[in-house]
Amino acid sequence: MKMELIQPFINSLDAVIAETMGCPAQIADVTMEEGNYKRTGIAALVGISGEIEGRVILDMDTVAAQQVSADLTGPASNPTEETARETVCELTNMVIGNAVTQLNNHGFKFRVHPPEIYSLDGGLQGALDTEAVVLRFETPKGAVYLNIAVRYKQRRSGEHAHVNVLCP
Amino acid sequence: MEFKPLTCEDQPKVRFLVVDDSVFARKNLCKMVQAFGGEVAGEAGDGCAAITEYASTHPDIVLMDITMPKMEGIEAVEHIVRDHPEARIVMVSSVGYQDNILSALQKGARHFVQKPVKPEALYEIIRYVLNDPVAQAPATVGEVQS
Repeated sequence: MKMELIQPFINSLDAVIAETMGCPAQIADVTMEEGNYKRTGIAALVGISGEIEGRVILDMDTVAAQQVSADLTGPASNPTEETARETVCELTNMVIGNAVTQLNNHGFKFRVHPPEIYSLDGGLQGALDTEAVVLRFETPKGAVYLNIAVRYKQRRSGEHAHVNVLCP
Repeated sequence: MEFKPLTCEDQPKVRFLVVDDSVFARKNLCKMVQAFGGEVAGEAGDGCAAITEYASTHPDIVLMDITMPKMEGIEAVEHIVRDHPEARIVMVSSVGYQDNILSALQKGARHFVQKPVKPEALYEIIRYVLNDPVAQAPATVGEVQS
């Protein structure tokens, strides 16, 4: 996978975590995965279609998500798993939105779909020819995982049969 | 951070319509609106609901997300401004590329702010949009992205 496609997501996660959680996020581990992705906490998935296509999953520890939710919506709110899911969805939306803004401003045209909760415990089937990069970020509030499986659409032509990465 | 309460003409409070498909994002924006001394006149989770809600509440300011189910924010702006040319709509979205911003402005949105929203930036933009003569012009489109 091209680094130029991954870097905007790393930059964006770093900026969004700093702004919303008020703390730094440092990359603790990077792995490549070709198989299914198994979430560790609450995960949200955003699909991307157009000249760049694929999907990105943001996965966050449940307790950390509840804490971020409480921090952002005020002490009066009582964080539940539902609000934690909402928080992860919105954080995902912000991270992917900011990243695709950078990519789009470099001339790539594509569409971002609304985030959806990724609730499968058995993992997500990836595309045949697109491995995922999984980055683990450490923050003072817990680990955040970013699973990125994106590619240039043109590259796929004639190489493999179409596999819809967005449909688990 | 303390904010001087926003004012609009002779009304005691500026009234907002907050449109976002994320409950969490709406809650967060409503919290900011209240910190600005404003009042949440209504909330909507998609563009269709926003059109209906605008017609029934006639808010002073609309905070409108772009990527939403059923009807996206830019299309909702077009409908609202066509029926209510006086509408003051500020786009609030994580997707801030130039095409999107220009399209929203062409349809009648007054300004754009990129998520994650900094309260002080949103406050200045709202003051600007409310045409407060003491407001400084906020960041232009090209400066919005962090």
